[in-house]
Amino acid sequence: MKALVFAIRSFGRELRSGEVLVLLAAVVLAVAALTAVGFLTDRIGKAVARQANEVLAADLRLRSQDPIPDSWREEADGYGLRTADMVAFPTVVYLGDNSALSTISAVSAGYPLRGTVRISEELFGDEHDADGIPRPGEVWVDSSLMARVSGKVGDVLDIGTAQLTISAIITYRPDQSIGFASLAPTLLMNEIDVPGSGLIGEGSRVRYALLVAGDHSRVAEFNDAIEDELPDSLRLRSAEESSERAFAAADRAQRFLSLTAVISLLLSAVAIAMSARRFAHRRMDTVALMKSLGATQGFVIAVAMLQLVLVGIIGVVLGSLLGFGAELVLSWILADIIAGDLPKPGLTPVVLASGSALVLLVGFALPSLIQLRDTPPLRVLRHDAMPPSPSRIFVAGISLGAVALLLYQSVGDAMLLIIMLSGMIFIAAALYLVGRALVDTMGRFRSGVGIAWRYGLANVARRGRASAVQVVAFGLGLTVLLLLTLVRTDLLEGWRRTLDENAPNQFLINIQRDEVVSVANIFASRNIAPPNFSPLVRARMTSINGESVKDREYPTRDAEWFVNRQQNLSWAQTLSASNEILAGEWWPDDYSGPPLVSIEEEVSVETGISIGDKLQFEIAGQELEAEIASVRKINWDSFQPNFFLVLSPGALDDYPATFIASMRIEPAERSALAALVRAHPTISVIDLDSILQQVRGIIEKASLAVQAVFFFTLAAGIAVLFAAVQSTIDERRFESAMLRALGARKRIVFSGVMAEFAALGAAAGILASAGASILAAVVAVKLFNLPYTFNPMLWVAGMTAGVVVVCASGFFAARGAINSAPVDVLRGAGA
Amino acid sequence: MSSNESGTNAVLSAVTLSKQVSSPEGSLTILSDVTFDIGSGESVAVVGPSGAGKSTLLALLAGLDLPTSGYVTLNGVNLSELDEDGRARVRAESVGFVFQSFHLVPSLNALENVMLPLELASHANPRVAAMDIIEQVGLADRYRHYPAQLSGGEKQRVAIARAFATAPAVLFADEPTGNLDTRTGSTIMDLMFELNRRSSTTLILVTHDTALAERCDRIISLDGGNLVSDSRVAA
Ligand SMILES: Nc1ncnc2c1ncn2[C@@H]1O[C@H](COP(=O)(O)OP(=O)(O)OP(=O)(O)O)[C@@H](O)[C@H]1O
Ligand SMILES: [Mg+2]
Repeated sequence: MKALVFAIRSFGRELRSGEVLVLLAAVVLAVAALTAVGFLTDRIGKAVARQANEVLAADLRLRSQDPIPDSWREEADGYGLRTADMVAFPTVVYLGDNSALSTISAVSAGYPLRGTVRISEELFGDEHDADGIPRPGEVWVDSSLMARVSGKVGDVLDIGTAQLTISAIITYRPDQSIGFASLAPTLLMNEIDVPGSGLIGEGSRVRYALLVAGDHSRVAEFNDAIEDELPDSLRLRSAEESSERAFAAADRAQRFLSLTAVISLLLSAVAIAMSARRFAHRRMDTVALMKSLGATQGFVIAVAMLQLVLVGIIGVVLGSLLGFGAELVLSWILADIIAGDLPKPGLTPVVLASGSALVLLVGFALPSLIQLRDTPPLRVLRHDAMPPSPSRIFVAGISLGAVALLLYQSVGDAMLLIIMLSGMIFIAAALYLVGRALVDTMGRFRSGVGIAWRYGLANVARRGRASAVQVVAFGLGLTVLLLLTLVRTDLLEGWRRTLDENAPNQFLINIQRDEVVSVANIFASRNIAPPNFSPLVRARMTSINGESVKDREYPTRDAEWFVNRQQNLSWAQTLSASNEILAGEWWPDDYSGPPLVSIEEEVSVETGISIGDKLQFEIAGQELEAEIASVRKINWDSFQPNFFLVLSPGALDDYPATFIASMRIEPAERSALAALVRAHPTISVIDLDSILQQVRGIIEKASLAVQAVFFFTLAAGIAVLFAAVQSTIDERRFESAMLRALGARKRIVFSGVMAEFAALGAAAGILASAGASILAAVVAVKLFNLPYTFNPMLWVAGMTAGVVVVCASGFFAARGAINSAPVDVLRGAGA
Repeated sequence: MSSNESGTNAVLSAVTLSKQVSSPEGSLTILSDVTFDIGSGESVAVVGPSGAGKSTLLALLAGLDLPTSGYVTLNGVNLSELDEDGRARVRAESVGFVFQSFHLVPSLNALENVMLPLELASHANPRVAAMDIIEQVGLADRYRHYPAQLSGGEKQRVAIARAFATAPAVLFADEPTGNLDTRTGSTIMDLMFELNRRSSTTLILVTHDTALAERCDRIISLDGGNLVSDSRVAA
């Protein structure tokens, strides 16, 4: 109680002293950065999941061969979720004498629950978002169906016994990749018209789906509740593996945000540790005095603790406010990708961030406080009486452990944490050793330089250990800032590549072998570069190493699903530019031996199938065996056709193949597509423009978010530098007063101090450049799957940044010390 | 004046007190075999050339530091037998300090500085008691000021008020006028002796000033860590 009164009483004045302010700033920035990052990671994560769900046109999709009982719909209602029905079946549609096989999708009001259907009024004309679903009596058809029946908007189609009017052309359907296998052109109609067509009866191949969407957590609850009671006839689908391609970019944004969170936290930890040290050091005199007046150890530590907690509380309040403000601004920026019915961010990120900051504060300040407790009261008579140093290794170990745990809690990315933490510890150790060596060398040069530099370098050398600690702090701050800049640049660069205006935006599928030349000619004759064709053979996997795929055990349900589904096989002579071999070897150009196959990395991991395994396929009634020769990584950002399984040349020559192709078509060239589908009505054109536009949207917003969070981290970095400069301010104040009292002009003293900072900044900058290059290389390759190239300019930039930033923060921190009148300082030596 | 002989009513005793410290040149004896008793209410000046060990002796007497051998009893309690918190409690109850460089807590104002030892000693009404003594040192109109806003003499008044606030049995002063000009110094000393007389506190005063030393009842002089004389001042 006494301690509390005393702590509060003196707190107001303490707050005006530099070290408490820096400590406070460190806490505020830690809380603000963590709150903002937590918010963003959460939000962007949900937005990305939402985009992925678009592929289902829902959050969950229940599928069955039979009508789905109402009980499931009611159960979903019970969870407050929205539902829509979908019935799909193949049939031949007629327009006058023309007919075409097509897949009919009949939907109920509300479809699609996620994403929007895009339509246009003429073939390859301007598209726009559809408002609802086709009205009763109307249908929307895709461009290839339109071409196959030579129809136009307004024509009437015969579908079974019903006559329905074409009212629009579908250019994009969120769930168009589902049922991709059927390849037949699509027709979308209103569920109400289905009975009138008389098409659904015994024996018809009908698929039913119940689409479910709603509040994120309610969907998850619903999913958990029904998962176990689902009959075999019902399949539940919650995500689509093909979404990987479009959202790899957003995924990286999230990783970057996590990285930023880790870095902000580490920087705040350094700033807090440094300013807490000074906080304790400055209190030593007061503690000694209070002990001489009869205060116990418990009392002095309670006072310091309470003041620390006060700093913590104020820091948490200000930081949360700042974090909330950032949230507001960011959600405004990100309004488009954060859909309305996502749960509000709530207090969780704030609570987590505040908790983390307090753990940091207590953890990193504790060693200094323990030392403070042991301050000898003799210090009131002999100013050099110092408390013994506590075992810092032990306490630092505990604090670091606490930080690691906190980070794991909020980031959950073990790999990222291991790389970052071990990287930082390693760099800190290297910085310290090299820092000491540099400090020693610099001291030797001082006789050859002017007075300002001599004084500056002498200072660096004299404060040996403290200078090295400053190099570590500056260096760590600069390292992570450089690292962040590097990774950010790489990331934005990678995204720009994704946003490449030349990225393919059209997929052509179901091209027959004998159509390839003619298709290429259609484009060539219009001066459009013809697409690259990839062969595609449909197959079923029958056994693996002689064991039937049905009998085998798989680690995951996804794996089971993968081996049992229809496989799209391809072959290739050379490795696609968007692929990279991770294990084994790609076959030589002239390979003509027994069939080999290259498998995609994740499929290999999930199914447990790897190099040397023999896969047996059944293709149109024939058998094929191929041995796995390599494991590949696919860059899904490329928007090139890619296959999980690619065979060696010749392996599939005897089997019926179709071709697929991707290409870029500019808006002005779209008539070529119309000509293509007219000449080859069985070829389907899938327009990726809408998806690409979505991806661009996500990336642009995510870039903005990344920049915003980057700004917070920069601020935290500057707090570290400030704390490092602050740690020597008392000594500096006294020294400069003394020098000036001895007749040195202010400018000389000032240049001396600046020389010292310049020397430290340059040393730290060079070391930071080395550290950042290495760490960035590891991070880029391991975490972001980005190629990394060493950039020599970085060293120049690092050193310049070191000198400029350290001198600038040194200027602001030391200005007061140098400007204060010598007499005040010398007189005020004993307050 | 008073004539307390060593023995029964000694408030402070040093018994074969020695202090050694380790230095680069090996172990260094900075105080050797010092023995004396100080009676209640006595005022004692400790004199000697710079480096004689005066401050060292003071630190040991007040329990701020521990002797290498020998011991100190304060109010009959052997300080060497207490732990640090125990010695702190003894100080809170029966010791006051005035230092050469004032040593006020910079983040507390004058009144709060004076209240500090009262609160540490769990005094019933620290604010009233502190205000009372602040008036006695003539700073009633400055009590809200922070140390940085006070002159050296004023700071020392606050320090004196703080030292006397708990009516300690023993008051230690280490060159209390060392940082003040002669005139301010003598007013400060007048104030100290006045308060000392009023509250019959035992005063241990370290000083270089012979005139000041002669205002005390007794002068102990040290040189090179040895007690060279212990004499009573003629009234
Ligand atoms: N911890 C220590 N380590 C080394 N030497 C010490 C230590 N404490 C005291 N000394 C030395 O012991 C001697 C006595 O010191 P002390 O401070 O007691 O002298 P003093 O009589 O108070 O001098 P002054 O009048 O200058 O204040 C000095 O030479 C001092 O340097
Ligand atoms: Mg002394």
